[in-house]
Amino acid sequence: MSIKHDRRSVLRGAVQGAAVTVALPFLDCFLNENGTALASTGAPLPVRFGTWFWGLGITPERWIPTKIGKDYDLPVELKYIEPFKDQINVLSGFDVKIGAKTNIPHQTGLFGALAGECPLAYNETDLPTIDVLISDAIGKDSRFRSLELSATGNVKDSYSRRGRGIINPSEVSPVAFYTRVFGPEFQDPNSADFRPSPEVMLRKSVLSAVKEDRDDLAKSLGSADRARLDEYFTSLRQLEGQLQMELERPPPAEACSIPPKPSEVTVGYEIDQVIKNHQLLTKLLAMALACNQTKVFNMIYSNSASEVRLAGSAVTHHIYTHEEPINAELGYQVQATWFVERSMEAWADFVRILASVREGDGTLLDNSLVFAHSDTSFAKSHSVFGIPIMLAGKAGGRVRTGLHLNGNSEPVTRVGLTLQQIMGLKVDSWGGDGMPTSRPITEILA
Amino acid sequence: MLRSRWTHTLLVAATGLALASCGASDAPRTKGGPIVTNRLTEGQYRQSIADIFGADIRVLGSFEPEVRASGLLAIGSAAGTITPSGFEQYEGRARAIAEQVVDEKHRQATVACQPSSPDKADPVCATQFIGKFGRLLFRHPLAPSELQNWVGAAGDAATASHSFYTGLKFALAGMLTSPKFLFRQETVEPVSGSQTRRLDAFSIATRLSFFLWNTTPDDELLTAAANGELHSKRGLARQVDRMLASSRMEAGVRAFFSDFLEFDAFDTFVKDPIIYPKFTQRVADDAKEQTLRTITDLLIERHGDYRDLFTTRHTFMTRTLGMVYDVPVTSAKGWEPFEFSHDDPREGLLSQVSFVALHAHPGRSSPTLRGKAVRELLLCQHVPAPPANVNFTVVQDTSNPQYKTARARVTAHRTDAICAGCHKIMDPIGLALENFDGLGQLRTQENGVDIDASGELDGVAFKDAAGLGTALHDNPAVSTCLVDSVYRYAAGRAANRDETEWVRWLNERFVANGYRLPELLRAVATSEALFSIAPDVGPKP
Repeated sequence: MSIKHDRRSVLRGAVQGAAVTVALPFLDCFLNENGTALASTGAPLPVRFGTWFWGLGITPERWIPTKIGKDYDLPVELKYIEPFKDQINVLSGFDVKIGAKTNIPHQTGLFGALAGECPLAYNETDLPTIDVLISDAIGKDSRFRSLELSATGNVKDSYSRRGRGIINPSEVSPVAFYTRVFGPEFQDPNSADFRPSPEVMLRKSVLSAVKEDRDDLAKSLGSADRARLDEYFTSLRQLEGQLQMELERPPPAEACSIPPKPSEVTVGYEIDQVIKNHQLLTKLLAMALACNQTKVFNMIYSNSASEVRLAGSAVTHHIYTHEEPINAELGYQVQATWFVERSMEAWADFVRILASVREGDGTLLDNSLVFAHSDTSFAKSHSVFGIPIMLAGKAGGRVRTGLHLNGNSEPVTRVGLTLQQIMGLKVDSWGGDGMPTSRPITEILA
Repeated sequence: MLRSRWTHTLLVAATGLALASCGASDAPRTKGGPIVTNRLTEGQYRQSIADIFGADIRVLGSFEPEVRASGLLAIGSAAGTITPSGFEQYEGRARAIAEQVVDEKHRQATVACQPSSPDKADPVCATQFIGKFGRLLFRHPLAPSELQNWVGAAGDAATASHSFYTGLKFALAGMLTSPKFLFRQETVEPVSGSQTRRLDAFSIATRLSFFLWNTTPDDELLTAAANGELHSKRGLARQVDRMLASSRMEAGVRAFFSDFLEFDAFDTFVKDPIIYPKFTQRVADDAKEQTLRTITDLLIERHGDYRDLFTTRHTFMTRTLGMVYDVPVTSAKGWEPFEFSHDDPREGLLSQVSFVALHAHPGRSSPTLRGKAVRELLLCQHVPAPPANVNFTVVQDTSNPQYKTARARVTAHRTDAICAGCHKIMDPIGLALENFDGLGQLRTQENGVDIDASGELDGVAFKDAAGLGTALHDNPAVSTCLVDSVYRYAAGRAANRDETEWVRWLNERFVANGYRLPELLRAVATSEALFSIAPDVGPKP
């Protein structure tokens, strides 16, 4: 009953409010207050967190720098990051600890690094992935709690999980992603013309009626189903928050400029499609971040056990890693390493795009922390020892970059714990069975 | 033809006898399962909207990815929830649907009453609209508090927007976003004078409807639920018979087999267009449809034996598919019946493009993937994942002059003792399908060497795909796998340990009835097991 009253008063208040806020003098005043605040006082810019995933790892002898610490060397598979070396930390030698479990190919390494626990069987991961933990802490007050993207064209290529069976689906089409973020519901933070939409008020109001269904449902459910219902209502509140934000003038974002609408592209696992789509999605993502639409993202360049392949070839990257003999003279798999190098090239492209957006005294990359990792180190044997990891960005000055650290077979959960602490989470230990740790990697803290 | 009609009649007669001789009371008792809260699948959402508001209402946007558990999406959906980005999609889709339902084109049919004024709220007319559609969407008649909530929402939105229809639109959008629509919520009630509990009548109607029709219960089923008919054996049987005779049943059978055969893999199915120039999205769509048509034609239209799916030469063709099968197709558009001749190696579902192309790589065939699919999908057997550290180098290096065919390559691979254990249960099945390339086109040679399509399934040797079809037809696991899967699909959960006897009984009955799917569906849909609730579930009496 009380909710119903709330809904009506919210709606009445909002509609009346709209009548007031569209009045120009009020708007001007609003703009001046906020618009200049940021510029003159240099109010802190948000710090963003993201993951960047590529499938099938590396060739260890061709990727791991030999020098530890600053001014690390760049072996041939890593050479693509050269222009951004001082903004990237390379982490080698951090292991996924399998313990008594079985190494589930392409899953154990991936979720060991991302969720801090090895799955029991294919797709059986119960712990939330690190991006979900971080978005729970910092994502609630932005329009999107997090944004998931995959360059492969497959919405199921997403490793962002709240628990078993709860997958945050990926956007795969630049046009759909553009429309979702910059479509009719986008509020330009730098526009002088702000008008709350009556449609948005009505949408928000009707969500209150949806909430009335909660009690009816909850009383008949068991605890597991109640948790799922809670998840539903968390999602509902996220949308309510988004709508509320659309009803308020957003604070200006100096680095925000609305990107041009992309044209349709063919998506799929052919490598040319993946590279192109990755670049288009990254450019849109960079502006979504700069325009304060989200603080958390997940980008998949290629899927775990990558199905990326050359057009006209029957052999995917995955098949190459297993079936291509190690060239006796060269000492590595020639075709497989070609795909690894394309992955590293794409990663460098990703970093370049974030670094190209000027923001405050630095760049968007400086105000971000991007956790890049793979599902294996050497894919031929599905090795999860020394999962290749790179961290890009200074997280608004909280991180030292330009280092190569060797974990010396310490658990990979140290990385995840460190990332959470950098992002401000009050957590002093992390990791499931076999890998719990309470030791962050202090070497990279500024 | 005459002969098959005759056999059919005999079998129907036998079925009648079987039904008469083994009433439901023979069925082994089960302890009952939990209540299950399934999230509507994309197919169920779409079908519900089409059935409630009309097939011309467009349903836009992407759905939450569906997750397979214990082999079925129907079971995975019992763990699915709605993520923030998924919610955003549901809400947007709900508004787009609601907008169409009340637009000028549709309101004649959807809004039965005239509002007193189109510019303001009309609680009387809104109550009619919301009461009618709320019952179909939520799968129970709305309680007074529910009705009041939604009529209130419609009124508030009408007042704020100065439009009665905008009010309806927002209330309907809210209902379409509600967990009461998006989740199939079940309610347990005590049985008077007993310690046991049962599903309430609307929960039974919902289980039945999504099981047999893959959509929301219709008006008649909800009325039967309200009248208490579904709690009586006779009333339940009457509704189940009606549902099995309905035209909606075909959609239900298609939904089951799409799940059972993992046809969701078609969503991301792709072939390399350079290697297979005949591949187009149209080929993929038609291949899936071809198999579903073959299934519904044999099992429903002709009331056939399930096992004959693996040996039938009868199917349907489009001109697009004709290009891939390399057969003439008369109709320029649409489907026509097609019979493979007796000297054609194509026989049964396994030789259809939907099977051989779906279980292959983008650029080549895979005896292992095909063998694995037969084991896991059709025989319900588990094939362990490969060990992590395997040397596959020889397997599919098609350029190796020593190993020109897939048989030579997988045989070399099987010399590795770690791999041999699993591969010997997959490869001899898949090798029988090597006459079909990665797209399913017929071939007799690979790299200039004649293909040997002989193989073996559980001790039965055969020389080609047709032989594999026959071996599968005669393999008892084909029947138990279907029966087990149909029951789990209906219940939305894995079978309990104490249900083993019941599922075995169900299978015996299926065999006795001549492997007829409609009889199996009827047996499950009228069973006590499907609706029993374990004693420790739900509110205490």
